[in-house]
Amino acid sequence: MSEALKTKLQTLFQERCLQDDAGVLPYESDGLTAFRSRPLVVVLPETQEEIIEVVKLCYRYDVPFVARGSGTSLSGGSMPIEGGVVIALNRMNRILHYDAAERIAVVEPGVINLYVTKKAVPDGLYYAPDPSSGPVCTIGGNVAFNSGGAHCLKYGMTSNHVLGLKVVLPNGDVADLGGESLEMVGPDLTGMFCGSEGLFGVALEVTLRLLPKPEVFKTILAAYHSLADAGQAVADVVASGLLPGAMEIMDRLAMDAAEAAVKAGYPAEAQGLLIVELEGPGEEVEAEFPKLMQVIEASGAYEIRVAKNEAERMKIWKGRKGAFSAVGRLSPDYVVQDGVVPRTKLGEALREIEKLSKTYGLRVANVFHAGDGNLHPLILYNGKLEGEFERAEELAGEILKLCVDLGGAVTGEHGIGVEKLAYLPYMYSDDDMDLMRFLRIAVDDKEIANRGKMLPSNKAPALTMHGAHPIEKQGIAFRE
Amino acid sequence: MQHNIPAEPLGAYAEPMTEAVSSCVHCGFCLPTCPTYRVMGEEMDSPRGRIFLMKEVLEGSLELDMASPYIDNCLGCMACVTACPSGVQYQDLLTPFRALAEEKRERKLMDKILRRFVLETLPYPHRFRLAAFMGQFAKPFKGLLRGRMADMLALLPERLPKGVLLPVKKIAEGETRARVALLAGCAQQVLEPDINSATLNVLAQNGVEVLIPEEQVCCGALAAHTGAMWQAKRFAKENLKAFAGLELDAIITNAAGCGSGLHEYPLWLKGEPEEEVAKTFAHKAQDITVFLSQLGIKAPPAPKQPLKIAYHDACHLAHAQGVVYEPRELLGMIPDIQVFDIADSEVCCGSAGTYNIEHPDTAFKLGQEKAQNVLATGADMVVTGNIGCMTQLRTHLKEQGIPVMHTVQLLDKLYRGEL
Repeated sequence: MSEALKTKLQTLFQERCLQDDAGVLPYESDGLTAFRSRPLVVVLPETQEEIIEVVKLCYRYDVPFVARGSGTSLSGGSMPIEGGVVIALNRMNRILHYDAAERIAVVEPGVINLYVTKKAVPDGLYYAPDPSSGPVCTIGGNVAFNSGGAHCLKYGMTSNHVLGLKVVLPNGDVADLGGESLEMVGPDLTGMFCGSEGLFGVALEVTLRLLPKPEVFKTILAAYHSLADAGQAVADVVASGLLPGAMEIMDRLAMDAAEAAVKAGYPAEAQGLLIVELEGPGEEVEAEFPKLMQVIEASGAYEIRVAKNEAERMKIWKGRKGAFSAVGRLSPDYVVQDGVVPRTKLGEALREIEKLSKTYGLRVANVFHAGDGNLHPLILYNGKLEGEFERAEELAGEILKLCVDLGGAVTGEHGIGVEKLAYLPYMYSDDDMDLMRFLRIAVDDKEIANRGKMLPSNKAPALTMHGAHPIEKQGIAFRE
Repeated sequence: MQHNIPAEPLGAYAEPMTEAVSSCVHCGFCLPTCPTYRVMGEEMDSPRGRIFLMKEVLEGSLELDMASPYIDNCLGCMACVTACPSGVQYQDLLTPFRALAEEKRERKLMDKILRRFVLETLPYPHRFRLAAFMGQFAKPFKGLLRGRMADMLALLPERLPKGVLLPVKKIAEGETRARVALLAGCAQQVLEPDINSATLNVLAQNGVEVLIPEEQVCCGALAAHTGAMWQAKRFAKENLKAFAGLELDAIITNAAGCGSGLHEYPLWLKGEPEEEVAKTFAHKAQDITVFLSQLGIKAPPAPKQPLKIAYHDACHLAHAQGVVYEPRELLGMIPDIQVFDIADSEVCCGSAGTYNIEHPDTAFKLGQEKAQNVLATGADMVVTGNIGCMTQLRTHLKEQGIPVMHTVQLLDKLYRGEL
């Protein structure tokens, strides 16, 4: 089957069908370099029709595929499926329609996140979701993983900003979900597609909502002698009724990395660093600012700085946004984890993580979206030392379980991918898992779209194990 | 990134090369600043992809010949180094890799001849002048020629400027504030000797004595970046000798490519007896704009008409040497001049040493893109710090007739009251 498909794709794509070592090797990993796998071929479509054709062929020959943008996934979400097809969408990078009056942009999946904002800035607009990889990652990947970012606290995730989608389903059918307005009739299918990690097909066109750029930003940086104090300050800010645009925390190790990378000028003695950004209309921010300062001063910060201008603000953010990659300066290898805890449990979670770090004898750097309780512990290890990678993975697993035990989730924004496959069932009951599998099979009966990611793949074993799903039993939905 | 690169075959280069590989975390922040990735949209033609390919070749799991086309495509602009949050020193991998690859690869005969021609001509001003002179006669017939010869001809100016004989020493005007030596550059001496004259004048005006050691040769950057390490090393060693024993505050370069070349001497000469001398030498090397801004210059007079200037960041200044502020600071001192940044300023114009000769298609696309972005600024003039960029920009802005000059030429003209 695979060989026949390969021949077809070669005819169709010619030199845009990569299959020799040099062409394929660089696609074997994404942002999660601990894993790699060899695809059958990589194709570089340049039109929607070509994408649809590839999907149809994959369906006909029963060969799995994965769509890939900039390959920045930290959970292995865009890693190739062994022997499958990689649909590289980097050339699908056109902004098809831009309407400043309607405040929308219709883009192809390979458009880079930040480029949407670049396009809209002259009209005083911007695209709100700002994952740290925003200058690199693509909208298609953002949709697949419902990406977040520092400013999700106030504005929500990608799904809150995707109004409509044109998608090719795994069987090659093309569907239009949502539209150009926030108010739509019927179930929120756009919302269902967002964050499905590529299991429901490939986005061909994405209609994005643009927001007016906040009039004023006020960014403060507070230094603490302990990380837990910084965590507590976050809960205090929210309890005071304020809703900042972003609240971010970095620990000492993460600050060291950022310092080495961009010389952000963070306080040298701090064990915990809190970044809070107020944004909005000038009057509102002016009124909120003294209130915020009051809360921060009462929270035990030993140093508070306020960014005096845009350059200082950018410097603060540059250090924060480059922090993951900057950790590469401290350690040759690391695992970026992504878990969520309720805001009020931040202090507790951080203390537990510190204990785990000591038990496992591995350094853990913490960088996170504190405002929404989204932790990003970076576990540093040396892959050259026997067994250290396995220990790091085990520690990562312990942290995820801790998050769930505290009432949180195993992922905030990086997704399950391949990396957290084992932990999804820890969070969800068997019934929950069954429902997810049920939906998956309903959309993709052959499980060819990103097979083996997010949900274990062996053709939905839970369904056969448990017979008909509860909602089937109730006659709400049927398979075939 | 993990690797199993055997250190032994790499000799002294093993450490810098493997360090570059292991510090890459595959995050992809380099992708959007990479000119070839922007044009081609494929992973093999991105810095991250190339690091992966080079790693595989060095580990022995990929044939060199398969990886070569993609490594060759790299302009060496180093925009990825600026963009990299993880601190990968890409040049530490690329330059030695190209040298190692060159020893092993089989090139087609025509390719070999052309390569040899470039390497034996461009670095030698008198040979290059002769070749360029002959080329001028061939220029009207370029329609008859195909391929890279025609591309090379297209880059030659319509009229070759007269050669300028450089003095061995230029004395400062007024009180002597500093003493420097100038690396005169090679292609630049033929294509635009005025850059050196302007440099000497601007330095003298600001109380700087300039030595121009006679024994100096090409800096070797062109050779190193095309994998001819034998030639690069030879040039580097000759220059170390030529500039030795002079009491200097700085060694001045006024071509970004040469400046970045001098800074790479310690890498080229890694493991050689001259390694330590090379470090001291590289430490002394400064771009003319850096030296002038640190020294502090006398305020240039205003131009006769207010001017809008677009400043173009030469890759080998901005990325390879991290020089971004200094030229802007100097331009900012001039009254009645408005300075504009060019959109996507971090992206290469496509000149990149001999790149526009070896990969004319990509170079052309990048040149066009740059020209569009320059025009969008509405500037009357483009100012930059590298002869390669100047040639490329002039080619792509010819129709619009927008003048292109070196930062130091602008200062010189203002001091002379010619603008």
